[in-house]
Parts: sequence; structure tokens; C-alpha cells
Amino acid sequence: MDNLNWLLQGFEQAATPTNLMYAVIGVLLGTAVGVLPGIGPAMTVALLLPVTYNVSPSAAFIMFAGIFYGGMYGGSTTSILLNTPGESSSVITAIEGNKMAKAGRAAQALATAAIGSFVAGAIGTALLAAFAPAISRFAVTLGAPSYLAIMLFALVAVTAVLGASKLRGAISLFLGLAIGIVGIDFLTGQPRATFGLPQLSDGIDIVVIAVAIFAVGEALWVAAHLRRRPSDVIPVGRPWMGRDDWRRSWKPWLRGTAFGFPFGALPAGGAELPTFLSYITEKRLAKRSGHDAEFGKGAIEGVAGPEAANNASAAGTLVPMLSLGLPTNATAAVMLTAFVSYGIQPGPTLFEKEPLLIWTLIASLFIGNLMLLVLNLPLAPLWAKLLRTPRPYLYAGILFFATLGALAVNVQALDLALLLVFGLLGLMMRRFGLPVLPLIIGVILGPRIERQLRQALQLGGGDWGSLFTEPVAIVVYVLMAILLLTPLVLRLMHRSEETLLVVEDDTDQKEKAAQV
Amino acid sequence: MTNLPSKTIDKAQYIVCVVLVVVGAFLIYDALSLEAGFAKVDPVGPKIFPIAIGSILIVLAVVLAIAIPRGSIGEADAGEDVDPNTPGDWRTVGLLVGLFVAVIVLVNPLGWVIAGTLLFGGAATILGNRHYIRNIVIGAALAVASFYAFYSGLGIPLPAGILDGIL
Repeated sequence: MDNLNWLLQGFEQAATPTNLMYAVIGVLLGTAVGVLPGIGPAMTVALLLPVTYNVSPSAAFIMFAGIFYGGMYGGSTTSILLNTPGESSSVITAIEGNKMAKAGRAAQALATAAIGSFVAGAIGTALLAAFAPAISRFAVTLGAPSYLAIMLFALVAVTAVLGASKLRGAISLFLGLAIGIVGIDFLTGQPRATFGLPQLSDGIDIVVIAVAIFAVGEALWVAAHLRRRPSDVIPVGRPWMGRDDWRRSWKPWLRGTAFGFPFGALPAGGAELPTFLSYITEKRLAKRSGHDAEFGKGAIEGVAGPEAANNASAAGTLVPMLSLGLPTNATAAVMLTAFVSYGIQPGPTLFEKEPLLIWTLIASLFIGNLMLLVLNLPLAPLWAKLLRTPRPYLYAGILFFATLGALAVNVQALDLALLLVFGLLGLMMRRFGLPVLPLIIGVILGPRIERQLRQALQLGGGDWGSLFTEPVAIVVYVLMAILLLTPLVLRLMHRSEETLLVVEDDTDQKEKAAQV
Repeated sequence: MTNLPSKTIDKAQYIVCVVLVVVGAFLIYDALSLEAGFAKVDPVGPKIFPIAIGSILIVLAVVLAIAIPRGSIGEADAGEDVDPNTPGDWRTVGLLVGLFVAVIVLVNPLGWVIAGTLLFGGAATILGNRHYIRNIVIGAALAVASFYAFYSGLGIPLPAGILDGIL
């Protein structure tokens, strides 16, 4: 019951007028950027990182929590009204959602997405509050070798499991690790890969990297391929649902949540697989209720389930982030850098060292989630208008705020040069289909893995065998081997691994087709 | 790019190989100039990580270089405003990069307000908005507002440049 006490204290902290204001700002901002094309929640949090220099940690995290959930919600609006999902996690929502909107049921699609997100977010956050402290209590008992193994596992999992091409995932990851090398070596005090620039001795600021890769890279990439014809936005009134819609939605919400949360909590879960699983489950179950004919033409179950799965998975990703300090999606990765810029070391000791801050964050997730529901149902027509923002202003604005954010870090022009260099890297990655997430994870985890490895070896007297003394470490290495070998074995056995993953992972298939 | 038949070879991908080799080679070269670890308890030392990462980058470059002629293509990012099937408009990108370089050079001497105005107004114009005056006015408003917001709100003095004293 200690946790409940902490949670109440967290609510006390989060519910002050100032912090509520930050929550409102976060929710509105998050939804706006989720709706706006080109900017996602990760980029928004990255652009807002400068506020961490002067705003109290709890206020900043309350705002980030609002952005986190708001961005998810905004993404679903775009999928439904525009049929162009901004993130891979809302691809599935677009399938039925846009069909519903075209059939004149946009209001119901938005409503089931919003209420489903709320239900999933509330359950997911409750599960987070229940599990994260326990996991963290377990994690603090682990030694450096186990923790090293877990970090390596996250790295391998994010790279090898997510994304279409493993080669390109690995390229991204190692580019990220390379960026992480820059700076003073923590044990011997020698500058590494700093080009002799003293400004680089502390490493390249993660704010600059995140803003460059997410914001500048995206703006440049869009500039190269800007659609000259504006997309059609389906007009919408206030979202609402009839009795029948409720009856058909509540079970998919709960099932979607059940799919989403565990996948989110796993280091390689992501939101793509659970949303897809939720979709096919609803499609199969719809046969019983006789609604299966509607699938493909705008079935409400096909929006309710995946949208709940998406949000529950977002809540799930906070479990490894808060209990182990492991980011597994881009937004969590950027939020983690905010901890670092407050001088808070993310890791299993977070719940012990900063209990009030963490519980305030969890409480504000509940508050932000509720606010989203209250604010967004009436505001939906406004968000739909936002989709008509003139693109030159939108992307000029992104470049402007990216520059502002990077300049504010240290107020030096060198950071702007780095912003441009990494922005061009981000452009290259988008052009050649290199996934962004492994790079960011590599930049964040690379230095921590090196430090953990060398510290573990120091504690073990320089004996490599000491890395394999803890049972948890061995179990994790075995899991990692299974993770890496399973696709190979499956391929040998069936030669048709792709039938297991019918999601739009067709690059792999194309590659294979090309090799035959 | 996504709809091209898989036989088409995306030769531009060799750029990625070059970047990987350059980054990898630099890491290795830089690591070789480091002093080795001083203690038995640090068998890893400062060199192993950069050398390993650099070597793997070069290996990945080779693997990619082998995969490209066999038709391996990276699927270009799609998005709301992105139409990957159009040929790239690299002139716009070049102009934006040029503008950005100008901002980097000018931000200290001229100050954030002028550089920021230039950045927003210039970028909006390059991206196809022909209301030149309006672009500049919005840019100036954003730049001045952000300057004061950061100065008084966050306590971060952005460079004032030649407008020092006026602002």
C-alpha cells in the first residue's frame, strides 16, 4: 500500500494549478503535433527539451506526459480524416477509420478512438503503477553484469525485431553507437573522436542529436518530396457515439488493451504488432456478431481495438523506461534524455531516489489522459482545421524551432553546425530507409553499456568470466540468442517466415524475391 | 522508389556505404591515437569500443555494398506530406542547407532576431510560399517573441548581435 500512498502524493503534486496548466499545455501541444503532419510526439518533446533548463522537473514531466498521450491521440485523428498515418503504429487505424469517415461516420470513428485511447491509457497507466515499482525493486538487486546483459538485450531487440530490414537497423544502431563515442573517455580521461574541439568533450548534446534527426531531417526530407496537391480532409463535427457503437466498441477496447500493454512493456514489442493482432482478432470475432461484412468498409471494431492497443502499448513502454531506465520507443528515448539533463540518472534506482518525481509523472499520466478525453471530443473540428496549415509555414516553423532549441542548449554556433550535419544524416536515413529508432537508442545506451561493461569488469578484477556469474545475466543472454536465432531457424524450417508477419513488412520480402 | 520493380538498383545507396566507411575509419584512426588502459582491471580500455564499432561499420558498409547490386532497397520514408514516388526535389534541399549555413555564420554577428527572421522567412519562401513580406513579418514576430521568451522566461540569453542595446 506504500505505492498507493506515493501515488496519492504524486496526485497532490500534479494537481497544483501551475502543474495542471502544464498538463493542459502538454495535452494540447501533443494533440496538435500529433495531428500536424511531419511532427510526432518524439520530435515535440525533443523541441521542448530546452524548457528543462528552467522549469521544475515535475512540471516538465507533466507536460511531457501530456504530449506523450496527446501525440498518440492526434495521430489517430490524422489516420481517420486523412488516411495518411503519421506513425507506423496508426497504420491499422487508418484501414477501417478512414473508410468509416468516408462513409460519413467520422464522428463515431473519432469518438471510439478517443474513448478507446482513454480506456486503454487508464488501464495501461494503472498497470504501469502496479508493475514498474515491483520490477524496479527486483532490478536494484541485480548487479552490473545483469544490467549490462539487459541493456544489450534492449539494443539487440530494438534493432533486430523492429523494422523491415535488419541490415539497415544494424547500420542505424552502429551509427548511433559511433556518435555515442564522442567525448571524454570516463575511465582514462582522454578525448575520443572530438576533432580536438573542447566543446565536444562532454559528448554531443543529445538534445541537438534528437532535434536534428527528428525535426531537421524530417523537414529536409519533406522539402525534397513535398506533395504539391493538398490532401483531402474529411470535414467532421463533434465526435459522438450511438448506443450501438458503444455496444460494439467496449470489448475491442479491452481486448486491444490486453494486446497492447504487454507488447509495449517488452523491449522489442512496439505498437505495430499488437495493433495488427487486435485488428485480426476483431475481424475474426466479428463473424460471430455478424458484422464481419463491414470489415474493409469501415467497421467500428477495427478502429476501437487497434487504437486501444496503440495507447496501451505506449503506456507499456514506460515500464522498462521507469523501472530499468531503458527506452524502447522514440518518445520514451527523448523523455529519458530529459531526465539526464536534470542530472537524474535513469536506471533501476529511479523509484528509490526520485520517488516523488516518478509518482508525479505517473499521476500526471492519469490526469493527462482524462484531459485528453475532456478537451479533445469538443475540439475535434478544430484539429481537423489544423490539418490545413500551409505546408511552407509548417516546415519553416519546424526548422525555426529546431534551430532555436539547439541554440538554447549552450548558445554556441557549433551546435547549429552539428544540427545541420545530423539533420543531413537524418535526411539520408529517411531517403535510404534506415530506421531512426536504433540510432537514438544507440546514442543513449552505447555510452552506458560501455561504462557498465568496464565497471563490471573493474568490480570483477578484470576477469571476463565475472560477466557471466549472475543467473539473470545468463538467462538474458540465452533469450538474446533465441531472439536472434529464431528467425533463422524459422526460415530454414518453413522458408516462409513472412507468412507469420503479414504486416506491411514487404521490403524483406522484396529483398528475398530479388535474391532468388 | 517504393513502386519500382525490385530489379532496379538504387545506386544512390552507395552514399550510405561511403558514410559508413568514413565514420568507421575515423573512429579507428582516432582510437589508435589513444593511450591504452592503465590497469589490469580495465581490460577493455578506451580503445576497444571505438575500434569495434568502427570495424563493424566498415563491415556493414561491405555487406550493404554487396546487397545493393542484388536489388536490396531501403524503403524511403512515407508520410502525410511526403510523396516518395516523385523524383526528389534536391534543389529545394540545397537551398535550405545553404540558408542554414548562412544562419550558422550570421547568428553570432547579427544576433538571433535577425538570423531567426531570415531562417523562417527564407525557409517559407524556399518551400514555395510567395508572400515574401508576410513570410518575413511572421519570421520577425517569431524571432522577437522567442528572444524575449527565452531571455525572461527561461533565463537563456540568445545572442543579441548588432541589435544589442536595442532589444
